[in-house]
Amino acid sequence: MGNFLQNVVNQIDPYVMQILVNIGIGIILALGLNVITGLAGQLSLGHAAFMSIGAFTGAILTIKLGMPFGVNLLCSGFMAALFSVLIGFPTLRLSGDYLAIATLGFAEILKVVFLNLDITNRALGLSVPPPYSSIPLPVYVLISVVLAVTALALMQESRFGRALKAIREDEIAAEAMGVNATRYKIQAFAIGSFYAGVGGCLYAHFIAYINPSDFGFLKSIDILNMVVLGGLGSIPGVILGASLLTTAPEFLGFMKQYRMLVYGIILIILMLFRPNGLLGGVSFKEMVLKIFRKRTQPSRA
Amino acid sequence: MTVLELDKVSIRFGGLVAVSQVSFNIHAGEILALIGPNGAGKTTIFNLIMGLYKLTDGKILFKNINISSRKPHQIAALGIGRTFQTIHLFNQLTVFDNVLIGAHTQGGRNMTGALLKWLPAIAKEEKDLHELAFRCLQMVGLEKKRDALAKNLPYGEQRRLEIARALALKPSLLLLDEPAAGMNPQETKELMELIHVIRNSGITILLVEHDMKFVMKISDRIVVLDYGAKIAEGVPEEIRTSPLVIQAYLGKVGAR
Ligand SMILES: Nc1ncnc2c1ncn2[C@@H]1O[C@H](COP(=O)(O)OP(=O)(O)OP(=O)(O)O)[C@@H](O)[C@H]1O
Ligand SMILES: [Mg+2]
Repeated sequence: MGNFLQNVVNQIDPYVMQILVNIGIGIILALGLNVITGLAGQLSLGHAAFMSIGAFTGAILTIKLGMPFGVNLLCSGFMAALFSVLIGFPTLRLSGDYLAIATLGFAEILKVVFLNLDITNRALGLSVPPPYSSIPLPVYVLISVVLAVTALALMQESRFGRALKAIREDEIAAEAMGVNATRYKIQAFAIGSFYAGVGGCLYAHFIAYINPSDFGFLKSIDILNMVVLGGLGSIPGVILGASLLTTAPEFLGFMKQYRMLVYGIILIILMLFRPNGLLGGVSFKEMVLKIFRKRTQPSRA
Repeated sequence: MTVLELDKVSIRFGGLVAVSQVSFNIHAGEILALIGPNGAGKTTIFNLIMGLYKLTDGKILFKNINISSRKPHQIAALGIGRTFQTIHLFNQLTVFDNVLIGAHTQGGRNMTGALLKWLPAIAKEEKDLHELAFRCLQMVGLEKKRDALAKNLPYGEQRRLEIARALALKPSLLLLDEPAAGMNPQETKELMELIHVIRNSGITILLVEHDMKFVMKISDRIVVLDYGAKIAEGVPEEIRTSPLVIQAYLGKVGAR
């Protein structure tokens, strides 16, 4: 099985594969932030910090314990989720943008901590050996993306997802309907950070070298851009946003240094013409249904 | 039987005593109106009952449970539904989703069952919640608008949607804060019928309203507030003829 999958992966051009894997990881990270910001309406400015927790946890588990990669992914996700609960517990009990400030501060502190710990190899960063698994990494990325999308699609339409949307729309009214806003906000933050941790672990093993400074404020803003560009709260939108912004540097080429400037301009234009994002308000369910309907009743048109 | 008991309830905002030593009871099955001039403290009392504000003094009992220090979501879950004076709908969500969220406390109970039964249990629960939400929409006559966004409804319908959403909570006590505000005479008449239907379904109602004709016609009893204090309590006829009440209202008008 592992050999067969490896052969399949080898059929694909390495450059294309690299882009695809990056898109996949981008999608996972952005979907996670979408739970926090798009669904529950809470602004996290430190998503990359939770990604770094997953990245370092994953790397250390592979290096020190040789942990099977599937288990490693889960552990990395849970570690990020654990820290998010520690941050979320004091800040999400208040309504307002305290989370934004707290995550911003947490990200900076975490970077300094990683830069000074022996286990993360201080400022030198960690070389990450290949994952312990016979299944190639791109397959893990693909499976993670599929699971992440499926889980989120189910979540959005559930009682849990509705409670998150209610909090986003009007926290006071949500509470008056019996929604425990604090609990749901912390859960959303934990789930989103779990996604970030898994994304970070995949990233670490794919890129094979991680350094605390790879996960700074700009990386968090990058992920936020993916979510906002595509459309807050829309799964197809987030997938599009992650794909566009992951591939953009490849196409922009000479403009690489001005990436942030270009994003800024694009976002301003977007705010003016499509304030809800490129695919804002487009739901995954409806999209699938539409395609399905077209396939099954071609004569109707 | 007493559903809700306010016992010497007070709250101060800085130097302002917004509600001062107010006591009254709401009996099961009645429609009790809370009236008073602007700024008398009516909405503040709603927010105190719902746990949005902390009492400075006194206590509030719901079905003999002291709810004075509980959180809003806990109080809602005990069975108190409310609507807001300034509309608080989930604007970007559909009419139906608004009511489904109202039914939030009606779900999540059988989730602790066996893991094997988990998925079917969720599907069954969703079906139940959808049915409940649809019945509530029917009750206020908004079932045809179920897929519209809440923010796109006309004002009167938004007020009725707030009622449907509160009904989905299956409350035993319903608090309505100026439900007729901004409604035309026809809508007001329909609202009055709706409130009777709700009461006849066994739900006790506490309402705040400025439209005196409406209040006199619909309520079983009336409590009058002025400057945060209770100045009268009684059946509509007593209130209509009470010199204190007339003075409170006329005094305010005269001052302007
Ligand atoms: N959160 C708050 N902070 C400070 N003061 C408040 C607060 N809430 C209400 N008040 C004050 O308490 C008093 C009572 O206000 P409340 O909204 O309860 O009046 P009301 O009887 O509902 O009036 P209306 O008929 O105009 O709605 C007012 O003087 C108001 O300014
Ligand atoms: Mg009021």
